[in-house]
Amino acid sequence: MTAFSLAIPVPRRLFGRILAGLLLVLAALPPAAAELRIDITRGVVEPLPIAIVPFDGGNNAQTARTGEDMAAVISADLERSGLFRPLDPRSFAQQPPPSMDALPRFSDWRTLNVPALVYGRIIAGDDGRLKVEFRLWDVFAEQQLAGLAYFTAPANWRRIAHIIADAIYKRITGEDGYFDTRVVYVAESGPPSKRIKRLAIMDQDGANHRFLTDGGTLVLTPRFAPSLQEITYLSFGGGMPRVFIRDLDTNRQEAVGDFPGMTFSPRFSPDGERLVLSLAMDGNTEIYTVDLRTRATRRLTNNAAIDTSPSYAPDGRQIVFNSDRGGSQQLYVMDADGSNVRRISHGQGRYFTPVWSPRGDQIAFTKILGGKFSVGVMTPEGDGERILAEGFHVEGPTWAPNGRVLMYFKKDPSDGVNPSRSRLYTIDLVGRNEREVPTPQDASDPAWSPLHP
Amino acid sequence: MLRKCAMLAAVVLAVAACETAPDETSAAGAGGLGGGGVGGSGMSAMPPVGSGAGSSYGSTGVQRAPLGNPAEAQRELAGVGDVVFFAFDSFALDGLAQSTLDRQAAVLLKSSVNVIIEGHTDERGTREYNLALGDRRATAVKDYLVAYGVSASRIRTISYGEERPAAIGSNETAWAKNRRAVTVVVGGTAGS
Repeated sequence: MTAFSLAIPVPRRLFGRILAGLLLVLAALPPAAAELRIDITRGVVEPLPIAIVPFDGGNNAQTARTGEDMAAVISADLERSGLFRPLDPRSFAQQPPPSMDALPRFSDWRTLNVPALVYGRIIAGDDGRLKVEFRLWDVFAEQQLAGLAYFTAPANWRRIAHIIADAIYKRITGEDGYFDTRVVYVAESGPPSKRIKRLAIMDQDGANHRFLTDGGTLVLTPRFAPSLQEITYLSFGGGMPRVFIRDLDTNRQEAVGDFPGMTFSPRFSPDGERLVLSLAMDGNTEIYTVDLRTRATRRLTNNAAIDTSPSYAPDGRQIVFNSDRGGSQQLYVMDADGSNVRRISHGQGRYFTPVWSPRGDQIAFTKILGGKFSVGVMTPEGDGERILAEGFHVEGPTWAPNGRVLMYFKKDPSDGVNPSRSRLYTIDLVGRNEREVPTPQDASDPAWSPLHP
Repeated sequence: MLRKCAMLAAVVLAVAACETAPDETSAAGAGGLGGGGVGGSGMSAMPPVGSGAGSSYGSTGVQRAPLGNPAEAQRELAGVGDVVFFAFDSFALDGLAQSTLDRQAAVLLKSSVNVIIEGHTDERGTREYNLALGDRRATAVKDYLVAYGVSASRIRTISYGEERPAAIGSNETAWAKNRRAVTVVVGGTAGS
């Protein structure tokens, strides 16, 4: 990706000041202020107050508006994470706002008791591109935590805002962010017996929403390729449900493989070179891979049971899947060649739709116990099971690329007349901060993209 | 090759049927309800001829073949029961389902139409597992009909999983109606 170039414009004078500030911190400030950091692995975290000043767009009306919009997008990203509490800009003390070319008046911000301060500037270049700069300050330590500049086409301002939010998130939590991402999902409308399902794509915050299909064909379970250029999904087009791949730029789509039965539950391998999917033939569902260059197929399971919902480990060496070979639906892990199968779920209930975390340390799943659905996680060895969200119908977890947040869909019970309400939600890995993701219609089958490369 | 011969035999039978007993189709269909020796009588029952097949060239040496009458076959299937139901997370055909399929087989054996068996599930599972379960159910029905003598080449299966419920509602009554396999006529074999 070459849309953005990047520089670190911390003036030497400021840098010296930062070092001095750092020493000052170590020497003088109480421990609480010594390290502006959120430990997101802890169970309960008080959101960190943060001041995000509208970016300075100068005298240009267009860039001035973009500056305000960018600050709003950054604030919304950080707020939705549950880890930050952006202050109302009307409460901001320093007037006029801080300048990129001078130190902020820290005393003004300290009176607000806000430990983190973000401001920035947008300059319209002669070449039509925007230069967007920002700085993140530790107010109490009087220390710059991040200072970056981005060059981009004006239409990309939202992505730059997400990238800045990711930089802030990373600097303060130590974890990669997930705001510069997209979600592909199934938009639903119409009566239950003739539900219209369309592929749709949007930014993770719901912006830039776009339908990919017209609803004439039933589609399910879209998933991103690692490159973000393609998705794979199930389409009922042509009467036989089959796995398709679709190019998101050209909208070209094609069926994958020449299978003698229904193919479904596709996912890309982490290197993007293969699909792993299920083939149902003569009442038996098995897991196969398809090499996307040679189209060669390979059967991985061989069992009279239903073997489905495969998902690769991030290193591509193992696959977790769903099988009822033991009598009820449970999670199993096998090596990528189909060998060495072992069951990992041992709790009460039935387990479905395992998805390996991008970090490799957890497997998310759907569980049904006593007629109730839940979404939870366990380790790849099957230990440490934790239920994160429960409900009448909660299904289909998908991971944010940093492995710290999950998205899934939740369906209400039907009243017998109207379609059930079905929406997307996010929750963090410790089961906090459940949020609805805004969608224009009912929604299901979300898949979170990797970070933009 | 075998299939061609079979079709030819069907054509001969059908021509004979048209010329001799054009009005007995509904009677044959009703007779199929009796259970018992349906299989045998089904083999010799006369396939219905679509109204569009024409009837004025019967004895002029022009060979003709019946188009299976999809609408008629579907009506007959509906009459004997075109749906069978399943227990939760099961694809076993219980006694009731089997007797329904006996009657479906009888209808299909005296017709030339192709059918699709749609497998469906209730909403109490995940989408992907339910697609596999729907395939199991559709295949269970297909296998039963084939064992009864209906040619496997006439039967396709498709799983809709939980995507096309027959009954709306989040209760056992609705779920029981949605755990089903439906036999749907797609068209005649001959002449097409």
